Amino acid sequence: MTLAAAGHGTLAAAAPQGFLSPTGVEIAFVLVGLVTLGAAVVTVTTRQLVHAALWLVVALGGLAVEYLLLTAEFIAWVQVLIYVGSVVVLLLFGLMLTRAPIGRSPDADSGNRPVALAVALAAAGALVWVVADAFRTQWIDLDKPQGTTDVTGSILFRHWVLPFEALSVLLLAALVGAIVLSRRNAARSDRDGAPGGRTGAGDSDKEQR
Amino acid sequence: MTTTTLAVLVPLLPFLGAVAGLLLGRRVPGLARPLAVLPALTSLALAAIVAVRQGGDAAVDAATQLTPTGSVPIDLALHIDGFAALVAVLVGVVASCVQIYSTAYLRDDPRYPSYAALVSLFTSAMLLVVYSGDLMVLLVGWEIMGICSYFLVGHYWETPEARAASLKAFLVTKLGDVPFLIGLFALAVDADSFRITRILATVAQGGLDHPTLIALLLLAGVAGKSAQFPLHTWLPDAMAGPTPVSALIHAATMVAAGVYFIARLLPVFAASAAALVVLAVMAAVTMAGSALAALAQDDIKRVLAYSTIGQLGYMTGALAVGDRGAAVFHLLSHGAFKALLFLAAGVIIHAAGTNSLAAMSRMKDLRARVPDAYWTMTVALLALAAIPPFSGFFSKEAVLGAAEHTATGHAESAPETAGWIVLVAGLVTALLTAAYAARLWLLAFHGRGPEAPDHGRQPVAMTAVLWVLAVPSLAFGVTVGVLPDWFDGHKLAPTLTTSVLGTGFALVGALVTYGAWRHTTALAARVPIGAVAAHPDADAGQVEAEAIATHAPAYGDVASAPDPADPGRLLLGPLHRHAAVGFHLDALYAALFVRPVQAGARLVRFLDREVVDTYVRGAGTAPRWLGAAVRRAQTGNVQTYLSALLAGTVVLAVAAVLVATAGA
Amino acid sequence: MHLAYPAVLAVLLFCVGLYGVLARRNAILVLMSVELMLNAVNLNLVAFDVWLRDALHAGQALTLFTIAIAAAEIGIGLAIVLAVYRNRGTSAVDDLRDTAELPDDGGDGDGGTDSEGAAADEPDEPGKPDGPAAGKASQKAEATA
Repeated sequence: MTLAAAGHGTLAAAAPQGFLSPTGVEIAFVLVGLVTLGAAVVTVTTRQLVHAALWLVVALGGLAVEYLLLTAEFIAWVQVLIYVGSVVVLLLFGLMLTRAPIGRSPDADSGNRPVALAVALAAAGALVWVVADAFRTQWIDLDKPQGTTDVTGSILFRHWVLPFEALSVLLLAALVGAIVLSRRNAARSDRDGAPGGRTGAGDSDKEQR
Repeated sequence: MTTTTLAVLVPLLPFLGAVAGLLLGRRVPGLARPLAVLPALTSLALAAIVAVRQGGDAAVDAATQLTPTGSVPIDLALHIDGFAALVAVLVGVVASCVQIYSTAYLRDDPRYPSYAALVSLFTSAMLLVVYSGDLMVLLVGWEIMGICSYFLVGHYWETPEARAASLKAFLVTKLGDVPFLIGLFALAVDADSFRITRILATVAQGGLDHPTLIALLLLAGVAGKSAQFPLHTWLPDAMAGPTPVSALIHAATMVAAGVYFIARLLPVFAASAAALVVLAVMAAVTMAGSALAALAQDDIKRVLAYSTIGQLGYMTGALAVGDRGAAVFHLLSHGAFKALLFLAAGVIIHAAGTNSLAAMSRMKDLRARVPDAYWTMTVALLALAAIPPFSGFFSKEAVLGAAEHTATGHAESAPETAGWIVLVAGLVTALLTAAYAARLWLLAFHGRGPEAPDHGRQPVAMTAVLWVLAVPSLAFGVTVGVLPDWFDGHKLAPTLTTSVLGTGFALVGALVTYGAWRHTTALAARVPIGAVAAHPDADAGQVEAEAIATHAPAYGDVASAPDPADPGRLLLGPLHRHAAVGFHLDALYAALFVRPVQAGARLVRFLDREVVDTYVRGAGTAPRWLGAAVRRAQTGNVQTYLSALLAGTVVLAVAAVLVATAGA
Repeated sequence: MHLAYPAVLAVLLFCVGLYGVLARRNAILVLMSVELMLNAVNLNLVAFDVWLRDALHAGQALTLFTIAIAAAEIGIGLAIVLAVYRNRGTSAVDDLRDTAELPDDGGDGDGGTDSEGAAADEPDEPGKPDGPAAGKASQKAEATA
């Protein structure tokens, strides 16, 4: 994939900088982007909750491909690992634990929908206008990869090690917080027989005591 | 100690006593009486020492300036001449007597500590007025007396009469104090100083630019304080206060302050002949009118109150003819016998259980119940009626003599008109004074009917004080030869003409009253009238409060009684009805001032309630409607809130971008 | 590659997520939409990092941090949703309206509103009338302990 990205990058660099004569990388990017966007739209509009989660997988995976196209390979793999691998699984667990209905649920959208649509469209219009106006002449040179795992790792543990450690503390705090929130009704969740990841952590917490 | 130090201590001691009494009186009741009596006695002794040291020589002057006070400096100054020294002694004597008397009179009163402290403060303020050599400092004492009189007259504030009287006293005296203050400022600006000595020096050089204006402004304040026509109406009503307070106000403080003030600044007034004539007219109207009114009063204390107004009229009359020696002489002797009269009246009211002369005239042997009061009051009434050889005779003859002196054109400063006005009014008043004194004496002590109730012996503290005061009432006249040394040097001894005239008029008045009394007294038995207070064993203060409170319900009016046996009714004839209510001055003031003010207040209230508040309510209603509308938006739905928030963000962002691109 | 492509894609993804946050009823769907918005930001960060050729790779490092924080957020968020679901029996966002005034308040009552609101609050929680009392009792127990 790194090689492929680099190849696309050389192609892009050789091409003239115009919207009417796109490079291969751009075409790929736009196509994957359309898929991603479509998956995202389906995610927020479908009436089947589990399908929403699955379409979210598509959208997040599409984003991982976009990262690859932008030569940020490490980010892409992290994206796949964490989002597709854990976050979506957590969301599915959440859906199950809240007994989300399987199949089409008539009330997936709230009555706020028209307002939401208006706000979203207005925001989209404004932002697209601003972004397109500001960056339409800018060109990303993809000749040499910017985010190889090698470089990212050395930078992360050399320059960003302190925020990294702080982030680990934050993750620990989040873990403890999730345990505390779940433990309050630990007995009831045990009776329900549906221990999630956090209840599992709660159990291990109990065992440590 | 120097004379100055002693003189500073004289007003300071009662003040400290008042402060200590207010702080400690309620917590340590045992201290209230010593704290009241001892400072008064000490400052009396000190005032006597100061008087002896001063001895009528050159005035003692001392001044210190605490801090710069702008263009016209205000000093803490003493100016003790013969007048100040003697008046201070009088104040000390009367205040001490009143304090001692009060310990028994208000024996069971729960508010005695604050009462005694206020009396001390009152005394202190008067002594300050007497000794002060600076008009601003004098004004401080002047105003403290005003507020103390408000509190003391309203001592029985449970009764509506006392509340109304205290308010009236305060407001009427303040009404005079406003022009007084302006007059002081005008005087100070003309003389460039508040110091009395400097002002008098300026006057002597003819440095006053507006003598008449200043004198008239100051006269307004004096009329308020000294209860001269037309601002005298507060004084009879002030009888709603306890009797010792009346004695204090009428004899030595408050009312005396006005006369004393003119005496101090007489050259200022003498600089304007018009002011002197106004003063003479004021004195004449005051003394004649008040004497007529006194003849019609039923409340024994109101008779004395009107007599005070009349005697003050004598003093202002003496000042109007430019003889302050005579005025202060009369002030001193009047202070002694009027204090005695009031304190004796308190004893009588206690013994009789009523303050109504009509009720007393239907009691037998009241004089046997209170022999001390009977004898001392007889002395005091003789002094009041100016029968020789009592003190009142000499002082009143001094006044009449001065008036005659001026009327015949011998005086250098005062106009002859003033002399004639004062002389004629003084003689008429002498007749009337003797008449009402005789009426009081006859009705109070020579009643017929059932036996007076026996309340046992009066407390020694009350009766002993009467005898102490009887001495100067009897014998103060012997000082007539010495006093001119203390004063301006004018001869004060009675002249033959005025003596014969005055005494003759007085005798005529007394005899006519006696005749009338003989004529009417037969009616007394036929018309039973009278009410007796219900607490024979209570202390005198409570009996008096009860008597004042029941007078209007029992007799229909707070001042008079429908008693056909009253010799005053026969003597005055159709005038009686008007004299009883003080010649309708109160009604006139009510129509002229009170009702317009009340109407204005109602108008303001209407404007405030109906007009201003409408705007306020309108200003409140619009936001309330707006709030109700906004409240509907508060659905509790987080998504709605978030939508609004983000929509606003988008709008703001777009606006910011537009502004930025437009500016670029 | 034109910078406009990733930038516009990020904007569109963000707005889709925005729509989801505002329009979805189920709290878990709202969380999904939040993920979409976060990812849109991540895409922006990566694109600009590549465009700027940042020597410190700040954009990518921040993207990693964001991903980690998003994971933490989703964990906490789900825990909260579960707690709410256990207590209330629903995970619908627009059913959680305790901060609103009750609709029977009218809206123009002045002064009476508070008492009415308080009176209306009481039957709202009939299931646990001994809640405050029990809380007080436990506080007392703690105090005595």
